[in-house]
Order: sequence, then structure tokens, then C-alpha cells
Amino acid sequence: MEYLKKYPKLFQWLFLLIVFFALCFAIDVPETYKFIRGQAEFVKDPNQSVYFFLGKEVRYYAFDVFWRLPPLLGWLPIWINDSLFFLMNEWMPMEFWNEDTQEFKTRPLLLEISRNLTSFMTFLIELIREILLGGLETIVAFTSWDFIDAYPWLELPGLPWTIVAAGAALLSYKLSGKGLALFAGLTMIYISIFGQWKPSMQTLSFILVAAPLSFIFGLGLGIAAYKSKRVEKALYPILLVMQTMPQYAVLVPALVLFGVGDHAAVIITMVVAVPPMILLTILGLRAIPPEVIEAGRMSGCTNWQLMFKVLIPTARRDILIGVNQVIMVCFSMAVISAFIGAKGLGFNLLLALNQLNIGLALEAGLCISLIAILLDKMSLAWANKQTDYFGNLTFFQRNKNAIFFAASFVIGIILAYVGTFIFKGTFNYLFEIPHNKGISTADFWNKGVDWIFDTFFVYIKAFNTWLIQDVLQPMRALYLRMPAVATLVLAVGAGYLIGGVRSALVVAALTLFIALSPWWDRALVTLYMATFGVVISCLIGFTVGTLCFQNKKSAAFMLGVCDIFQTFPSFVYLIPVMMLFGITDTSVLIAVIVYATIPATRYTIEGLRSVPVGLHEAATMSGVNKFQRLTKIEFPLAFPHMMLGLNQTIVFALFMVIIGAFIGTEDLGQYILKALSDKNGAGIGLTLGICVAFIGLIFDNLIRTWVGKRKKHLGIA
Amino acid sequence: MSETVIKCESVYKIFGENAKKMLEESNGNVDAKTFQERGCIVGVNNASFEVAKGEMLVVMGLSGSGKSTLLRCISRLTDATGGKIFIEGQDLLELNNKELIELRRNKMGMVFQSFALLPHKTVVENIAFPLQIKGTNTEESISRAMEMVKLVGLDGRENYFPRELSGGQQQRVGIARSLAVEPDIWFLDEPFSALDPLIRKEMQDEFLRLQEKLQKTIMFITHDFDEALKLADRIAIMKDGIIEQLDTPANIVLNPATEYVRKFTEEVPREKVLIIEDVMDASSKDNLGDLKVSKDEIIENVAEKILTQEKLVGVVDSNNNIVGSIKPSKIIDTVFGGRKNGS
Repeated sequence: MEYLKKYPKLFQWLFLLIVFFALCFAIDVPETYKFIRGQAEFVKDPNQSVYFFLGKEVRYYAFDVFWRLPPLLGWLPIWINDSLFFLMNEWMPMEFWNEDTQEFKTRPLLLEISRNLTSFMTFLIELIREILLGGLETIVAFTSWDFIDAYPWLELPGLPWTIVAAGAALLSYKLSGKGLALFAGLTMIYISIFGQWKPSMQTLSFILVAAPLSFIFGLGLGIAAYKSKRVEKALYPILLVMQTMPQYAVLVPALVLFGVGDHAAVIITMVVAVPPMILLTILGLRAIPPEVIEAGRMSGCTNWQLMFKVLIPTARRDILIGVNQVIMVCFSMAVISAFIGAKGLGFNLLLALNQLNIGLALEAGLCISLIAILLDKMSLAWANKQTDYFGNLTFFQRNKNAIFFAASFVIGIILAYVGTFIFKGTFNYLFEIPHNKGISTADFWNKGVDWIFDTFFVYIKAFNTWLIQDVLQPMRALYLRMPAVATLVLAVGAGYLIGGVRSALVVAALTLFIALSPWWDRALVTLYMATFGVVISCLIGFTVGTLCFQNKKSAAFMLGVCDIFQTFPSFVYLIPVMMLFGITDTSVLIAVIVYATIPATRYTIEGLRSVPVGLHEAATMSGVNKFQRLTKIEFPLAFPHMMLGLNQTIVFALFMVIIGAFIGTEDLGQYILKALSDKNGAGIGLTLGICVAFIGLIFDNLIRTWVGKRKKHLGIA
Repeated sequence: MSETVIKCESVYKIFGENAKKMLEESNGNVDAKTFQERGCIVGVNNASFEVAKGEMLVVMGLSGSGKSTLLRCISRLTDATGGKIFIEGQDLLELNNKELIELRRNKMGMVFQSFALLPHKTVVENIAFPLQIKGTNTEESISRAMEMVKLVGLDGRENYFPRELSGGQQQRVGIARSLAVEPDIWFLDEPFSALDPLIRKEMQDEFLRLQEKLQKTIMFITHDFDEALKLADRIAIMKDGIIEQLDTPANIVLNPATEYVRKFTEEVPREKVLIIEDVMDASSKDNLGDLKVSKDEIIENVAEKILTQEKLVGVVDSNNNIVGSIKPSKIIDTVFGGRKNGS
């Protein structure tokens, strides 16, 4: 009894677990139950039960209600699909003037909007792309195809790579200084001589449209939410879901609305990149001290001046983190949107992935990372740029960057012209080094992986078999063995114990949505992979983080490593593991672990760092040794922050598990991938995405509530 | 007295949802307790006063007394719930947004407790900010800002960022910024409260030197009674939104209006606050000794001289006319009398 009084929570948790396991054992597996592979649910089968809802037919295999809930939301994907189709093709037909045929034409409103948006985006992308690479679409956009036929020389020639490289270096120099200029120059040279110029510039043109647009929209909506509580309330749930939604679940609906190509990719990228920008804008604006706002007002600022000269610059730290996020999301989307026909590095990466060519994939991936880091650093430098008022500069000094650029422009053109004589009959390397005609280290990497595979084949195979047979498959079976009711009880109970009735209700609603969707089994498989990945990631991340924290330099180094790994497109992680472990869950899980260890490590270091110095000194003066200090002081205080790291780890792990479908898993991701090539896939894709988002949100809710309470308890809120 | 610059008539500021309605119902008799029961918090309760041109009014009160709220009503950073405020005869609450901005751009300057500098701008850019907001061109605003930099003694640091400066230096920037547009009215909201005692004293002296030169109309907020005594022409002491007493420093020390005010005055070294005129006897001008003192002299400075005298000491004004006299024992009375026994 005494223990009961002392640790009431502990006994509540024990009780919950006992109930959970009792339910698991009490509810038998129905004899007819088996895990349905492939898309068997969609095959008509006399054993299936059928019901109609809103005129939609839903077929499913019926089990005991305690074992698996019937898919009462099975109509949702079909309904979403039909609504989308209706909106696009039948809703609000209107007369629109058609330039080409010179007559009015009746078209549904949404279709017309979508087409106009599409052509606008395409124009923007093509404009930048053709400045960099050359082409004639832009001129056609202003005139017509007939005009181009008449004047075929009117094509944009594209810039030689030397000029672009010099331009990037000069711009970096102007913004930041020698260091960044060197980095920019080397990046461009690397891209060029490794033959990645064309895809890189295609990706760049896509980013240069998507990133600024996302930034503007995010900032605008963030400001609107800051100014009006109502806007914020309306935006908040969407933001929450978008934060945990796997990026490529939005691909399918966008495919339906905007078609295939770069323009659709830009729009999806905006959908994914805008939410974090909004959140960080709100966060930054909220944190401004009220006296700064008053100082602005007393200086006689109009509302406009107050916002753009006082508030946004003061909040720029958070807004810049937002910009960084936008750029990172843009690059990860640049890869993912290759699925819907965006050109560029992402496409090459997917191709390399399909051919299991680790070397090529690495090189393309490195290009993406380098450009991402470069753009990030440049935007940072731009925001921190200071004007100097006291230089009595000469004309040359004031305009030296422009002059240098003009000079390099001329030199670049001359070089390219000279190149036509030197490289007669082959490619003009001083103009553009064509794809796969540059240097490549691909062979080296491929041989390396081959060598590892050949040398350690026996061990790898043994490890793989052991892991799958003795760990993963039993674990997966256990997860699938959970009756739906027991899972619900566990989730709701945990919600109640952590956050009271409110949390319990939220968790119950989220879990029920998944349980009532047709993909409960799949969600369980997703969950099993994510759990395995998260547990191992956290073990590694917390250990590595703690060890690195012991030394300031190693901590800074580790954070740097985390940064680089995070900019790397997540697909790249799949290739080496796939080559070593084949098409198995092991491959996916290792990729998950590599990717999800990043936030676990980062938050551990940050959490330990945030322990106040005063406490360190107090602890040292009480005579603790290093280990005692770690366990008695640093861990308890850093724990809430580390838990937020766990939260991020879960989100990262879920993303990777879903992307793992590309290798071949039997979880929700597999269906999302299938939905991509299904003409009725929009509804399915979106619903699946929401299911994954909800898995993330369940943990998000529980962890955040717990952290909030814990922080209040420790007085570090 | 010269012309009135700021004039407040029964200004109320009440926070809460139906503040306006409740104020109308209460007919001007606002009781903080009943208001609080109905979810309203009284910030400023029936404040009426005037500030003359070139005068420095110090509003003193502890935290939560409503002094900052009063200042924000007068600068219209918040709108007063009731009452009228006139700035140079203009009804402040009637101004539309554009006129208000115009007023702030040309007539008002304000200094904040936490300095409130823009973190992304250098010293000189911060100071030039109000000018640039007004539309002054870059060259002119920067050269004007450089003058201000010199005025507050920050030459050589004009290209520093606020985060690279000490608290005292940051507040100098704040002061320079508030003066850049040459305002007539200067609001200072606890400008020295966040500074170390030594720096605070230095800044107070600097501030007096500036005011000597500039002769602005000033409302100065502080929670430090000594600071108020040192700087003020007149002091308004606030408690729970009500102005308890508004008078010259000497009168407040000599005749505290309420028990609350008296508590503040207890510990005050009177010899440092009062001048001879405050304690002299204007009726007796005969039988004077050889020593004459000026009526504007602070007691502390002449006490030793007076105490060595046995006869009455004559008090003269600036034209050397005798205006009164003072007994040496009066000095002892003033310094030691009037304080509570045993304290």
C-alpha cells in the first residue's frame, strides 16, 4: 500500500498494461483472419461483406468487432476522389475567352484556375531555366510558335557554366565574403565537371521559383495569423497535420489537380514548405518584446512600416530558421516530385536508385546537398547584410561587383566561343559539360559497395537472416496480433494518464480514424517498423549525443554532421542499404535508423547544453563527479528537451518508413506508392497520408503534453 | 507659469471587456475592488494634471501603480477609457491615425526601460530610424544621427550593434533616438531602472545636463523616489492608479499628503532635497548676523556654516535682497525632526 501511495502513476500504468494484455489474450484471432497482401481488398470476393454509404459501395472482410473494426470510413477515399473529379470537371462551368481559338469556351471554374496557375508556374520555371540553360519556350510565351518558326535564331542561348559559376561566387562574395565565395565557386565547378550541370540547373530553376513563393506565402499567412486570432485558429489544425503528413502523400491529389510536370511540383512544394514557414513566422513575431513595438509606434511608424521595418527584422532569427526550413523542404521535394515528372537531379537520383547505381546516386545527391547548403548560407548572409554609410567610395569601388560580373560575363562568352574551336566535333566543355560526359567517381563507390558485399557476404547474409527471422518477423506478428479494441484501450489509457480527459479524447479520435479506415493492418505494420527504428535511433542518438556533449568541440562537430546528413535527400540512404541487404525490411529499417538518429542526437546535445551554467557550478561545488552530475542533474533537466527530440525522431522515422515503400514494404507507404499510378488514387493517397499523419500526431500529442507538464514541474517552461 | 503643453482631465484607463460601459455606470467613482470583482482591472483612476512647457514632471510609483499606463495613455500607445488629454491644446483622443502619426513624428520622443533598440540596426541606424520613417533622406538622417551620437557621447561606436554595447550605452542610444526628431515633448519610461547604481547616477547627471541644454517638456516615470527628488520640477506619486499627491519635491517631503506618501519621505535625507527657501522664516528680517546665504542653496551645502552661527542668518535672493532669515536650530529641526522616533 505504501508503494501505491508513493508512486500512484506507476501503478496506474501497470494497471493499464495488465488490461491491455488481458484484452490481447482474451480476444482470439479469428480463424478466417489473414494479413491481406497486395491490393486484395479491391478484388471482388464473395466472402466480402458489402455496405453502401452515400451511394458508394464499400467492400471489406468482416471480422469480430473486437478483433478488427469494420472500415466504416471506407467510403472516404472514394468520396474524396469523386468530389475532386466533380470539382475539376463539372463544378461551376463558365465562359472563358480562349486566346488561341479566338472564341469563348465553357470550362469548369476550378479547371480554368488550375490551368492558369499551371501555365503561370510553367512560365516562371521556364524563364529561369532558359536563362541558365537556353531554350525557346519563354519567347514563345510572349509571341507564338509561328513567330519562332519565322525567326528561328530567336532562341535564348543559355549561359555558359563559367559565367554562372562566376556569378554565384561574386554574389556570395558581395553577400558574405571570401569563404562563401570560395564555397560557391567550388560547388559550381564540382557540379559542372561531374557532368551534373543540366539537371542541377533544372533543379535550381525549380527551387528559385518554389522557395521564394513558399517564403512569401508563408510570411504572409504568418503575419495574417499573428494579426488575427481567427485566422490562426483556422490555420492551426491544417498546420499540425501538414507537419506530420508524409510529403509524398500530397503528390497524388496534386497530380489530379495540376497534372504532371515541374509546375505541379512547385505547387506541391509550396503546400509542404509553407506550414513550417507560417509556424516560425508566428513564433518569431510573438516573441518580440512589447517595448520594441511601442518604440516603433512612437517613432511614428505607420502599420506598414511597423510590420516591415520593425517587427519582421526584429523577428528575423526565427524567420530565417523558417527560410532554412523552406529551402530544405524544397530540396527534398525536388527529389520526391520526380515521381510526378519534375525534371532535374531528383529524376537522375530515382533513375540511379532503380539501377542500384550507388555512385551516380551519391553524386547527384551531393549536388543537391551542396546547392541546398549554398542557398541556405546565401539567404542567411543576405538577411544579415549591413550597409556601410561612411565609405567615400569611388565609382569603381562602389560597383566593383557589377564590373567583375560584366568582365566574367564577357570572358565566359569568349571562352565558350574559343571552346567551339578547341572541342571541334565533340562537346564544348567550356559551354556546358553534358550529362555523364564529366568525371565520375561512380565506379569507385559501386566497386566499394560490391567489395563490401563480396567480402562480407556471409556475415551480412547471416545478420540479415537472424534479424528478420528472430527479431523483425516475431515483432511484426506481435503487432498484428493486437486486437483493435486492446490497441484503442492502450492508446486512450495512455492519453488519459498523461494529459487527462482532453488528451484521451484527442488520441481516441485519431486512433479511431485509423481503425475505421480500411488500412488498420497496414498501419500496424507501419507502426512496427517505426517503433523498431525509433527505439534503435534513440538508443544510438542519446548515447552519441551524451558522449559528444562531454567535449565542446565534439558537440559542435556532431551538430555539423547532423546538419549535413539532414540536407542529404532521404532517398540516398536507401541505396547502399538496399544493395547490402536486398529488398527486405532490414534495408528500410537501417535507412530509417540512419535518418532518424539525426534528431535524436541533435536534441540530446541541445538539451544537455541548455542546462544552466549556474547549476553546473552548484553541482561541482557539492562535490559530484562527472557521472553523478550527468545522471542527477543534467539528464533530469535535459529530459523534456530530449523528449521533443523523440517526437522529431518519430516524425523522421515515419517519413522514412513511408519512403521505404520504394524498396518494397507492406505498410501504408506501399499503398501510397500504388495510389501514385492509379487514376483514382487521389482519395486513397490523401486518406493514407492522413492516417500516417495521425499516427505521428498521436505520439506528438502525448509527448508534447507530457513535456509541457514536466517543464512546468521543473520550472523551466 | 508659461503655457501648458500636456493637460489631462479625469483620465481613466480600465482594462477589461466592458470597461467603457462600467466606467459610464460608475459616474466617475471608480472603486478598484468592485471593478476587479467584475473582471476589470483599473490602471489609471481619475488623473488630472497639467505639465507646463519646459517642466519636468516625474511620475513616481511602485510597480503596478499605473504610472506606465498613464504615460501610455498620454502617448496614446493605449487609448484611455475615459477623460480628456490635450497636447498643446489638441484633443489627443480625437486625432485620427494619420494625425497621431504626424504628432509622434514631430512632437514626441520616448525612451524605454528595456531600451527597445532594433537588434538588426547599428547605433547610428537606430538613431536615424525615426527620421527615416518620416521620409528624411539617408544622407541627411545619418548626419543628423551622427550629431546625436556625439551629443550622448557615443562617438566611435556608431557602427556597433546594440548587442555589443553595455546597458548604459544602449540607453544612451535610446535617448539619442528619442531626441533625433527634436521633439518638444519627451517621455521617459523608467529609463535608468535597468542600469547599475553607479551608471544610473552618471546617466542621471548626464540627463540633467542634456535637459539644461534642451529645455524639453518632460514626463519621467520612475519607481525610485530618490531619482524623482533629484530630477523633478514636480512629482506625482501614484498608488493603485490614483495620483496621491502632485507637488514640488520640497513640499512632498515637508507636507506629505497621505500616509503612503509619508512612508516614502521618511528615509529621505532632507538636507539634500530641501533648499533654504523651503525652511526660512520670511517674516523676520531683523537682528541678522553677518552670514548671508542664498535662498536657492541646498541645505546640505550651507548647514555647516549656518550651524556655527549664533545669530539669525539672513537669506538673500539672486539680487542680494534680504527675503527672510533662518535660525541655526531650524537646520537641526529640519534634518532630524519630523522623522518617526526610533527610525
